[in-house]
Amino acid sequence: MKKSLLIGATALALTLASPFSQAHRVWIKPSTTSVSGDSEWITFDVAVANGIFHPDHFAYPAERLSVVSPSGNPVDIQNQQKLRYRSVFDVELTESGTYKVFNASQSLVAFWKDEDGERHFWPGRGKTGTVEEFYQAVPQDADDLNVMETANRLETYVTLGAPTADNNKLTGKGLELKALTHPNDAYTGEPIDFQFFMSGDKAQGTKVIVVKDGEKYRDTAGGVEVTADKEGKISLQFDEPGMYWLEAEYEDDKAKAPAKKRRASYVLVFEVLPL
Amino acid sequence: MLKDTPCFLPLYGKKSRSNTLLSKLYRLALPLGMLSTAMTAQADELEITLPTLNVAEYHAPYVAAWLADERGKRVVDIAVWYDTDMANNEGEKWLKDLRMWWRRSGRSASMPIDGVSGATRRPGTSTIALDGRFDDVAAGDYFIWVEAARELGGRETLKVPVSLPVKQTVNASAEGQHELSSITLHMEPAQ
Repeated sequence: MKKSLLIGATALALTLASPFSQAHRVWIKPSTTSVSGDSEWITFDVAVANGIFHPDHFAYPAERLSVVSPSGNPVDIQNQQKLRYRSVFDVELTESGTYKVFNASQSLVAFWKDEDGERHFWPGRGKTGTVEEFYQAVPQDADDLNVMETANRLETYVTLGAPTADNNKLTGKGLELKALTHPNDAYTGEPIDFQFFMSGDKAQGTKVIVVKDGEKYRDTAGGVEVTADKEGKISLQFDEPGMYWLEAEYEDDKAKAPAKKRRASYVLVFEVLPL
Repeated sequence: MLKDTPCFLPLYGKKSRSNTLLSKLYRLALPLGMLSTAMTAQADELEITLPTLNVAEYHAPYVAAWLADERGKRVVDIAVWYDTDMANNEGEKWLKDLRMWWRRSGRSASMPIDGVSGATRRPGTSTIALDGRFDDVAAGDYFIWVEAARELGGRETLKVPVSLPVKQTVNASAEGQHELSSITLHMEPAQ
């Protein structure tokens, strides 16, 4: 029993820390992305799931998310509830402009096998691994020791009134998306341009997959796969309006010791509106 | 602003009023024109006809009308009809459902828009006076767009072309399918 719990926890840590290597997808899905009026509420689902956007696996803890208002102030998540397969919460939009709902994390991670051949993962569920802790916690002579710098970012944007860009500034940490097309100004039949940056540098070769809502009703998953050019740019265009899930992955060997690789993921949920 | 009471005076003029001498004279002459009715055969106007729908729960549609250039950029807002009676401006909640207008104009506007926005209209024909409202618009080819969105109903857009300034009488109309019966634009060359 204890062991299976541990394995469960490890699987969970992997899922949260690295959606990269997992089939599971993580998303924050707003009920709508562009609203009108003096103020308005938007309700959100946040989950780690197999489906887009079908919660069937694990409720992502909403308390890990931050919300920033158009003027840069923190906004409280309200009516938060963790359900079986998804967490739900509301955000009240009282300022005109674009709000960002996100989680960003960086960690040193390590995988290895012990003498019995059992796989281990460090730093464990929801924890951030530092270099000092790494030397204490991870056996340096372990078999198949794989050490990486990881960065994961999960975002969605919602707008009251006209979209604003102040919430889309780069922090220089992990894989980030610069919205050349505002995510709340994406329409069918028009190019939607994004640019990726890894630790502040143009992220050439970033692999991107985009999947439209309603995946379970399609025989083929129907995702679009593109790779960022040398400027880190991609250009998308869609005929069908709807909610879209975008996941970007980047990997290179420009890591600092003890890591040998750096690996980052970025997830955006955005709505393509019809005209 | 009902069909039978043509409005010769521009609803809101400060911004759209041209400063040419001719236009000033024309404006001075308007009250006389109202008395004689001979000066112009018909006023510049846009008619919007909303269908009578046999549905269980009918809500008057939100409607927006605007002048846009050939690339779709909004140049002049003509009308926005929405629920202005609700407490705390709650009727603004559904303005986004006029999704073309919302993108082209509404999301950047502060409601109400003076001389443009007003309450929703019942089925039938409403007439909007256009006299003088395009006076400041650069010469070129444009469209007048009309968009309607109804609660528990659908959405529809119609457009008619217009070249400004008007050099000969314009009578342009478009027929709708669901939420709009028709729109008709009538404009006369400046006197």
